[in-house]
Amino acid sequence: MADNSRESSRVKGAALVEMRNVVIDGYSGETWHPIVKGIDLTLKRGEVLGLIGESGAGKSTLGLASMGYARPGCRITSGSITFDGIDLTKASKAEKRALWGSRIAYVAQSAAAAFNPAHRLMDQTVETAVTHAVMERGKAEADAKDLFGRLQLPNPGSIGHRFPHQVSGGQLQRAMTAMAMSCRPDLIIFDEPTTALDVTTQVEVLAAMRNIVEQFNTAAIYITHDLAVVAQMAHRIMVLRHGKLVEESETRQMLKSPKEEYTKSLWAVRALAKDESANDDVALEVRHVDAAYGNGFKVLDDVSIRVPRGRTVAVVGESGSGKSTTARVITGLLPPTKGEILFNGKALPPRLQDRDRDTLRRIQMIYQSADTALNPRQKVRDIIGRPLEFYLGLTGEKKDKRIEELLNAIELNGSYADRLPSELSGGQKQRVSIARALAAEPELIICDEVTSALDQIVQEEILHLLMRLQKDTNVTYLFITHDIATVRAIADEIVVMNKGKVVQQGLKSKVLNPPFPAYTELLLSSVPQMDPDWLTGLLAKRKAAT
Amino acid sequence: MSSPTQDIRTMRAKRGFLGDSWALLKTAPLSAWFGMIVILIYGICAIFAPLIAPFGEAEVVGKAYEQSTALHWFGTDQIGRDVFTRVIFGARNTIGIALTTTLISFAIGGTLGVYAAVTRGWIDQIVSRVVDALMSIPVLIFALMLLAVFGKYLINLVLIIAVLDSTRVFRLARNVSLSVAVMDYVEAAKLRGEGLIWVVFREILPNVLPPLVAEFGLRFCFVFLTISALSFLGVGIQPPTADWGSMVAESKTLITYGRVQPLIPAGAIALLTVAVNFVVDWFLHKTSGLKD
Repeated sequence: MADNSRESSRVKGAALVEMRNVVIDGYSGETWHPIVKGIDLTLKRGEVLGLIGESGAGKSTLGLASMGYARPGCRITSGSITFDGIDLTKASKAEKRALWGSRIAYVAQSAAAAFNPAHRLMDQTVETAVTHAVMERGKAEADAKDLFGRLQLPNPGSIGHRFPHQVSGGQLQRAMTAMAMSCRPDLIIFDEPTTALDVTTQVEVLAAMRNIVEQFNTAAIYITHDLAVVAQMAHRIMVLRHGKLVEESETRQMLKSPKEEYTKSLWAVRALAKDESANDDVALEVRHVDAAYGNGFKVLDDVSIRVPRGRTVAVVGESGSGKSTTARVITGLLPPTKGEILFNGKALPPRLQDRDRDTLRRIQMIYQSADTALNPRQKVRDIIGRPLEFYLGLTGEKKDKRIEELLNAIELNGSYADRLPSELSGGQKQRVSIARALAAEPELIICDEVTSALDQIVQEEILHLLMRLQKDTNVTYLFITHDIATVRAIADEIVVMNKGKVVQQGLKSKVLNPPFPAYTELLLSSVPQMDPDWLTGLLAKRKAAT
Repeated sequence: MSSPTQDIRTMRAKRGFLGDSWALLKTAPLSAWFGMIVILIYGICAIFAPLIAPFGEAEVVGKAYEQSTALHWFGTDQIGRDVFTRVIFGARNTIGIALTTTLISFAIGGTLGVYAAVTRGWIDQIVSRVVDALMSIPVLIFALMLLAVFGKYLINLVLIIAVLDSTRVFRLARNVSLSVAVMDYVEAAKLRGEGLIWVVFREILPNVLPPLVAEFGLRFCFVFLTISALSFLGVGIQPPTADWGSMVAESKTLITYGRVQPLIPAGAIALLTVAVNFVVDWFLHKTSGLKD
């Protein structure tokens, strides 16, 4: 191969990337302000470095800077970035372009958005190698097939002839890793590569990526907000916050004894737990419901769920399992084709339009993304005030007083009433969504992935708030999520769904402990653990089982 | 990253509406300033026409086709009315009628467009196909035909152009609303049990306003040009009302004698169109979030 000389020069342990006191500015609100505030980073050949932190910590910006790139609206203001002896801050565009793709590769979060839907996978996988004249087309294709095989893609010989939409999300993410690997780069930057994937798919992708990086002794920067994932992948971890380094150490060391308070608080989220309690008084019952979308595609198949009053029932499943559709059926947005829904023992009219205002008031919904769930042109006062006025007929001073009470209940205060959603942080927006639901004084709140768009620490705060509100008002939650850690934290009962069917429903202790139905077993075992040997152990166990 | 942006945002919120507007104006390019000043002058002329103009709108003050003098700056027209006076009154009539027409077309097209986007289904289908059919016929020819059928009264002129123009507004309003109508907050409002009026006017309309405002400026130009064109053809605004389009028509033969008189109302039309376009360009650039 043409890159033989380079392969031999890959001595493990030699420094590959050195960043000294790097400062990166971002442009927003018509001024420049620092996003990364003077960080040192050293990466040796063959080493995998994990960058973790909340959104806005500067981890992606720092990761991209290691290839000498700043996103539009960002600029590298000071510091030095050296890649294999080349100063990237001084390198010309042409010099950098020669490095990118061939010696430094990037794997993005959304493979679906990164692939061109109009070209076959093979054409896109070999493109970099051919344009950088690393290999000829024929050789590159043979090599890509080899990579597909190493990444455990099915039918490595022919999968390259497919178009991006003809393979699954997990397969696409692996194809992108193959694309990044095509020139045998010295450095790969993985930017949240598994965040958009389901847990069961994530396991395969993580294993494939870890394998290939090891095989070629490639250095990698792995960016994620998920500690358990980074524990499987990285040799060393850097914790970032507000553009500064909080803590840096070897993975095992950091998991065993984190030093800084902030790092510890990242660990603490997973420790949140609630004792389950049973209740025979059923608030909502979904009975043998089938549902289909307009084209006749059946998405729910004989779904039955019982939701006891004042308790939290968590509905878990992967994307496409029908959990969000169940919520749409309960709210009346999608009338079922078969079956019925009982609320307080009485059948609910299947269509939203046929339900009276008081029934609507009793069932409220909180959405995954507060960004799209709050009207950007309405002030917090109007958002929370509308249900008060609409359902309870409150006006004037009474309404203002109640708005203030609600803001206090969600741990904000009256001064937030006149803000627009754009003037709130992600967690605050989600709190306002909760207040809007609470304002109606509902009996049941459907929470659709309410924490999955939030950072770990904010997640914990929101979950605490929801639990406290349940204690205060005895409201019932139907909590839809794909995150098992959240379920452990707050659920009384769990419903496991797969492919439109209910696999299992029962108390938390029953569902989370053996004996498991096959799907529950697969789902639970795929959730990454904080143990750095978890992935290795799991793969060995699964291999032994087959 | 979140904390400094937060501060800036709160600061900006405290500066108030006037401060905001001034800060925005300071960033306006020269072309936009030119446009705004021109529009302001036209506006003053239109509102205070009787105070500014030296003579009455239809007052005969001299001989026909006089050259420009100290008394009659732009000369006189075919029956001896002061052209300068008529240009000023023309601003009032032409702009006023164009503005009314545009407002009506936005009321029809905007409301129907947002409504179609929210409800979808067969209503959307029917309205959209009717709009497609109307748009396939050239506006000027269609307007000429309809004016011939209904008679060339001012009210007919306004309504016909408003309806024909509302098809364009409908398309834009429907398209921008479609992307807003799928937002969770719209679904939340429907789940709350809100009626259609609330959803359209409180949830969707405020979010699609910027492109509609920009379109308003552009549509105003087109309406204004269409009315002027119809007046030039003799079926628009009728004498003795002063109007730029008909003024060009009445004095057009003078151009063969080397007189500039017909160019004055024509220039007034052109200048306003250019000015409005400058302002709209800047506004669109601003709201689309494009960086230079």
